[in-house]
Amino acid sequence: MTNDESKRFEIRLSGAGGQGLMLAGKLLAEAASVYDGLNAVQTQSYGPEARGGKSKTDVVISSGEIDYPKATRVNVLLAMSQPALDEYEPSLREDGMLVVDSQLVDRVERDGAIGIPFTMLAIEECGRKLFANVVALGAIGELTKAVTWASLRSAVLARVPKGTEQVNEKALNVGRDAAKRVLEGRGDG
Amino acid sequence: MGRARMAENKKSSQVLQGNEACAMGALAGGITFFAGYPITPSSEIAELMSQCLPLAGGRFIQMEDEIASMAAIIGASLAGAKVMTATSGPGFSLMQENLGFAMLAEVPCILINVQRAGPSTGLPTQPAQGDVQQTRWGTHGDHSIIALAPSTVLECFEMTIECANLAERYRTPVVLLLDEVIGHMRETVVLPEPSSYEIVSREEPASGLAEYCPFECDAERLAPMAAFGGEYRFHVTGLTHDRHGFPTMVPSEVDSKIRGIVDKIEDRADELSDLEEFATEDADVLLFAYGSTARVAKSSVRALRENGVKAGLIRAKTIWPFSTRRLKELAERLSLVVVPEMNLGQLVIEVERAVCGKVAVRPLGRVDGHLFEPDEISEFVMKEIGR
Repeated sequence: MTNDESKRFEIRLSGAGGQGLMLAGKLLAEAASVYDGLNAVQTQSYGPEARGGKSKTDVVISSGEIDYPKATRVNVLLAMSQPALDEYEPSLREDGMLVVDSQLVDRVERDGAIGIPFTMLAIEECGRKLFANVVALGAIGELTKAVTWASLRSAVLARVPKGTEQVNEKALNVGRDAAKRVLEGRGDG
Repeated sequence: MGRARMAENKKSSQVLQGNEACAMGALAGGITFFAGYPITPSSEIAELMSQCLPLAGGRFIQMEDEIASMAAIIGASLAGAKVMTATSGPGFSLMQENLGFAMLAEVPCILINVQRAGPSTGLPTQPAQGDVQQTRWGTHGDHSIIALAPSTVLECFEMTIECANLAERYRTPVVLLLDEVIGHMRETVVLPEPSSYEIVSREEPASGLAEYCPFECDAERLAPMAAFGGEYRFHVTGLTHDRHGFPTMVPSEVDSKIRGIVDKIEDRADELSDLEEFATEDADVLLFAYGSTARVAKSSVRALRENGVKAGLIRAKTIWPFSTRRLKELAERLSLVVVPEMNLGQLVIEVERAVCGKVAVRPLGRVDGHLFEPDEISEFVMKEIGR
C-alpha cells in the first residue's frame, strides 16, 4: 500500500524559454531511467511565448513507483533567471540545494546557494551560450550524484546532433569542473 | 519495481512523452492516414506523424484548419484508410460538426484531444479536463461516442491502438482524451512487442453481391464498409439515410438509424468499460478519477490510508460510454465518493446518476490551469468526513 516517498528525488530546472531547460530535463530523465535503471518522470511548464517567459521542467527520480508526476518538495532547484528563482524558490525544501546562474541572478536570499556562471562559461569555454544547459547539467550531475556520471554522459552524447559530441562533452566537463571548484572551496569536495 | 526487473528493463526501456507514445501507438495500430492542424499541447503528435507516417507508407497532410482536418480523415477512411487526427480544445470545437457527420455516416476515425484549459483559446500550455462532456455532447443530435483516457505514457501507446480497433469494430469515431500533463509528460516505459497486441482490420463486403447495403446496421450487426474507388458505388450523406445511404424521412427507417448508432455503443457500456481499482476491497471512501488527476488520487489514497481512512480509487480508463455497474455495486457499502476533476464537475454528473443518491457524491474541481497538489484531495476528504 505505502509507496516509500523517501525514494523520491525531485529536481526542478527553471529559467527562461529558449535556455534549453526542457531538453536538459529530458536528458536527466533519460540518464536516470534508460542508463541507471531507475524510474523517472519529467513534466514541463511554460508560457505561450516561443522565447522568453518563465519556463521550468521537473524531473522526479525514484526506485519506486512515481504516482504524482510533478515536483512538490524540491530537492534541487536550478534557477537560470531571476524571475524563475523568485517564483520557484518557495518550492525548495529547507534542506534542498539551490543552484543559480550567478551572472543572470543577482538576488539570492537562501544561505548556502551555489552560484556558477553557466552562461558565461558556455560562451567562454564552448563558444556559444546555447551550451549553458549542458554546462548546468554537468554541474548538477556532480553536485547531486542523482545520476551516475557515465549515465549522464551517455544520455547527452546519444541525443546531441551529430558532429557536436565533442563540444557537448566539453560543456559537461566544464560544468563538472566548476561544481568541483565550488565543493572544494567549501571544503566538502 | 524489483532490481531484477529493473536490470532486465534497462535495455528496452526508454523515456517517452505521452504525445510521442500516441503517435507510436497510431503507427503500431495500423493508422495509414493523418490530417491535422498542429495545436499546443498536442503538436508533438502531428510532428512525429509527419516524420514517421510517410516512411511507413502512409500519408500525412497538414490542413488549413481543424474543420478541413476532420473532413480529410473522413474522406480517407471512406477510401479504406485507417485514420487519425490530433488537436486540443479550440480545434476540437471546430471538429464537432464533422464529428457528427462521421457518427451518422458510421465512418471509423480517431480524434486525439490533448485537453488544455478553456474555454476559447484559454491557457494553451496548461492542463484541464474541461472537454469531457463536450466529447459526449459536443455535436448536435442524438448520438453516442467512445472515449478513453490514459494516465500513463504506456497507456497513451496502448489506448491509441485500442481506439483504432474500436473505431473499426464499431464503425464509429473514437476519442482519446489526454490532458496536457499526460501529453507532455515523459516517463520510463517499455513498449510491448508488436505480437502482443491485437490489430483489428476493417471487414470488407463479399465480392459480387447483387445488392450491397453499406448501412444495413443495427446495434448487433454492422455492415462491412466497402472502400470508395472499389467494387461498390454507394452514397454517403449527413442526411438521415436508409440502408443504401440515400436520404429518408420514413419514420421507421429514421428511428432505427438513430437508435442503431446510439445502441451499438450504449448497449455495450459494461463490456467496453475499463475501470482500474486500487484498494477498493474494504474501502469506505471512494475516489473516482481519470487522466493525470487519477495519478494524484492514487497518492491521496496512500496518504489517507496512512491516516487511518479506508480510501480506495477507481480510475476510469473508459470515459464514454459510462458504465454504472461497478459504482452501483459499491454504492451499497460506501459512505462517500469524491470526484476530483480539472473542471467544475463534469464526469461527477455520471457518478451521481450511477449511485442514485445511495451515497454522498462530492465534486472537487480545479480550474486554475494546474494539476491538483498531492495533499489537496486527501485534505478535502478529511474535511468531508469530519476528521
